[in-house]
Amino acid sequence: MNAEKKDNSGLSRRDFLRHSATGAAMVMTAPPIAALMMQSKDALAKAVASSEAQLDKKTISKLLEIALSQGGEFSEVYIQYTINSSLQLEEERIRQANYGIVQGVGIRVLNGAQTGYGYSDDFSFDSLESAAKVAAFIANQPDSAKHPAKIVPRNYANVNPIGIYPDQVAVKQKTDLLYRANDVARSNDKRIIQVDASFADSVSMFTIANSEGLYTTDERVLFRMNVSVIAEENDRRERGYHGGGGRLGFNHFETLTPEILANEAVRQATVLLDAVDAPAGPNEVVLGNGWAGILLHEAIGHGLEADFNRKKTSLYTGRIGEKVASELCTVIDEGNIPNRRGSLTVDDEGTPTRKNVLIEDGILRSYMVDRLNGKLMNMELTGSGRRQSFKHYPMPRMTNTYMMPGESTPEEIISSVEKGFYAKSFGGGQVDISNGNFVFNVTEGYLIENGKVTAPVKGATLIGIGPEVLTKVVMVGNDFSLDQGIGNCGKNGQSVPVGVGQPHVKISEITVGGTAVAGASMTG
Amino acid sequence: MTIQEAAKYTVERAMKSGADQADVYLESGRESTVTVRMGELETLKQATSKGLGLRVFTGNRLGFAYTSDFSKKSLKAFAKRTVEMAEEITSDPHNVLPDSTKKDAYPDLGLYDSKIAEIPIDWKIKTAKKMEETTFAYDKRIVNSSGASVYDGELEAVIANSLGIFHTYKTSSCTLVCSPIAEENGKKESNYWYTSKRFFEDLESAEEVAEKAAFRAIRMLNPTKPKTQVVPVVFDPQMAASFIGIIFYALNGESILKRSSFMVDKLNEKVASGKFTMIDDPLMKRGIGSQPIDDEGVPTNTKTVIDAGKLKYYFYNAYSAHKAGKKPTGNARRGYSSTPSVGAWNLYLKAGEMAPEEIIKSVDNGLYLTRTMGWGVNMVNGDISRGASGLWIENGELTHSIGEATIAGNLLGMLKNVSMVGNDLEFRSSRAAPTIKIDDVTVSGT
Repeated sequence: MNAEKKDNSGLSRRDFLRHSATGAAMVMTAPPIAALMMQSKDALAKAVASSEAQLDKKTISKLLEIALSQGGEFSEVYIQYTINSSLQLEEERIRQANYGIVQGVGIRVLNGAQTGYGYSDDFSFDSLESAAKVAAFIANQPDSAKHPAKIVPRNYANVNPIGIYPDQVAVKQKTDLLYRANDVARSNDKRIIQVDASFADSVSMFTIANSEGLYTTDERVLFRMNVSVIAEENDRRERGYHGGGGRLGFNHFETLTPEILANEAVRQATVLLDAVDAPAGPNEVVLGNGWAGILLHEAIGHGLEADFNRKKTSLYTGRIGEKVASELCTVIDEGNIPNRRGSLTVDDEGTPTRKNVLIEDGILRSYMVDRLNGKLMNMELTGSGRRQSFKHYPMPRMTNTYMMPGESTPEEIISSVEKGFYAKSFGGGQVDISNGNFVFNVTEGYLIENGKVTAPVKGATLIGIGPEVLTKVVMVGNDFSLDQGIGNCGKNGQSVPVGVGQPHVKISEITVGGTAVAGASMTG
Repeated sequence: MTIQEAAKYTVERAMKSGADQADVYLESGRESTVTVRMGELETLKQATSKGLGLRVFTGNRLGFAYTSDFSKKSLKAFAKRTVEMAEEITSDPHNVLPDSTKKDAYPDLGLYDSKIAEIPIDWKIKTAKKMEETTFAYDKRIVNSSGASVYDGELEAVIANSLGIFHTYKTSSCTLVCSPIAEENGKKESNYWYTSKRFFEDLESAEEVAEKAAFRAIRMLNPTKPKTQVVPVVFDPQMAASFIGIIFYALNGESILKRSSFMVDKLNEKVASGKFTMIDDPLMKRGIGSQPIDDEGVPTNTKTVIDAGKLKYYFYNAYSAHKAGKKPTGNARRGYSSTPSVGAWNLYLKAGEMAPEEIIKSVDNGLYLTRTMGWGVNMVNGDISRGASGLWIENGELTHSIGEATIAGNLLGMLKNVSMVGNDLEFRSSRAAPTIKIDDVTVSGT
């Protein structure tokens, strides 16, 4: 997960094939400032109806049938229509307006542990039939081909009720938010030399149908606003960033105002102007609340996704019922918290989302399970089957992952540390599933000396081993908070929006990747 | 309509709807994936898709939109709406297309192999299985697998604008990837290796890829955590290639103008050790990153970006060039769903004279870096802190593996501390570098 737009992977977008097949590296990054939507529910339905992005139930049933024609066990049709829009302010002007439509159909066939997948951005029957045949090809017993069950429409109460839809908002209302952020940031501190602000929304309509008779539609709205500033003083420059949003209405920005976002970005950038080198080596570390939940996402979340456990590639394989964390830790993945960035009414396989207790008082209780792995592992579906778009097949993924509050106050936690590191704001993280090594990047940290937060320090990466770090959680705060709605999670080249949360947490020891080595001097 | 006609038509409609200038970037492609795991076919995926992005300029206001619906009726309405959208935006004098630098002919760089589309699926399955089998046979500690895959694809792109630029080209590629998991004493280590080429005949063999992947997994078994200390770090070619990618990223003219890069105010200054010469070559035959024309229609050319330590270029697209009073450098990059940014083509570090073994031999106590994790690079001030793993070097020899460590420093300091450059440059992707040694890097562990 990352709080900034960044692509220094060295692989260009143009490289048509993704080099992401290692299956080992899971990254959370902030989304590129892109996704935004522009239609209210009625307008969206109208837009879908006037586009070619629709299929009647008869066509869907036909495709499900063709997909099973080679003897596959299960077939599924996934139809997407998304409108993205965004506005960007740079150097005190609206630099550009972006608008785009993503539409297409993905067809999947499952046969044991095998997946066949075809997709098309063209809604002509010939193209769709060809996608269905590609998917069907994974199976090889045409003589035993089954017929799909009759599809029966079923819809669920919307987990993410929307107040004001994107298209009910004039462009000027959005640009006003950006100008407010700009003005506040620049007037707040004269050391601010750059302000970038962006506003993005997206509205999607999905239809998911499968050969077991499921047919459901889902509408998804996503808003996001970001503010990024650069402060400069004595030839030193630092960035500050803040953003937020979720699956909610435009009215959210009456609460999460541009002033709040801008002030926080300015605060971070200006604090960092005085930062000293971060410590290097093992430290007692206090993590802030909210977005710090990236710790959970990386340290255990990915390791509890069902695919890695079925394939026995995770460190948590076969450990349900065992103690994997300190008894202070109860960790949840909950896809049906209203209006959060990681929340969904149904997952991308049409399964309603729910609250899944992953770790209860330190004991491993559950994995996150999609359809393919649920069947093979004989486990209940947890509403965790997610995908980036119609071009991708689903995988077990997180939604909103958080740690339940404990009893300590944040003050008690800080004052219990004689010498340590306080991590307040965070960038991105990554994990290697097989050996458990995970990192997350602190963008704003402080020294703790004699129970007091003292000097700000430069950004540093924290590294640990997932199952070990959770056994070192020695204090859990009572100030639980979810993040502001900025996270994206990447897995095998697929990116999905997610949320995290936690209270203040103290870890007895974790390695801090700074440059200040006790007794050594640094060059460069 | 062909995709070429669709691109032209969209530019025409944008102009008829009132745009002063317009350009289209269009992509149409086919992708295919075959994955095998534990000896069984696991995934088959194949599809074609397309999309076009339209930029319009009206009174120096920029509107941008993208679509995958190429019907004539839809494109007409799409162009009109994009022009209307631009009218909501602030005028900015730098919103312009690049001055037309149209050439009569562009070099044929050999980016398309028609054989890629003809690879039989049975060959792909057999090759993926062969890779996995080879890893299991390599060492009995290879006990599991995240799979072995064969990817192939083709892409056809069109760049068209209202100043008369019209260019279309095709590329192909095929990639073999293998991801074994080694296990010993109940601890797992996964790793991977790959080969990726534009031409089928250039691919390395399944066995070569698999043996390298298995070797890389096995040598990481039983890692220890290093002591926290300041030591020389030897970057293997993959890590060195990733390092130069980060350096290039800091040279984006737009970041320079906004003073949000650690390379600001450094043009024509010595920013790196004299051993450091970094080149961007868009014209390499069969190059994974090659392109004769950039994504705004500006011809590309080869540049020595950092010459024996001296910084020679910042990189500009039309917008940032206009703003900086420079010429576009031919580095505009985009996908159809976004406006042009700036990027490198085939970026590489010029080879030195030392064998990688000699570089390792020169280190009494240090880290041989084979992998980094996380996003800990601050492009504004150049501070870097990332998860690190590799092998520890003692008295000039690679010894045990290292995990749960970080490396940290400042990129400007690290560039100046590049003290050795290897002779083992090899082009595996669009970023390439030989083994390098960087002195005085902080390694954190115990």
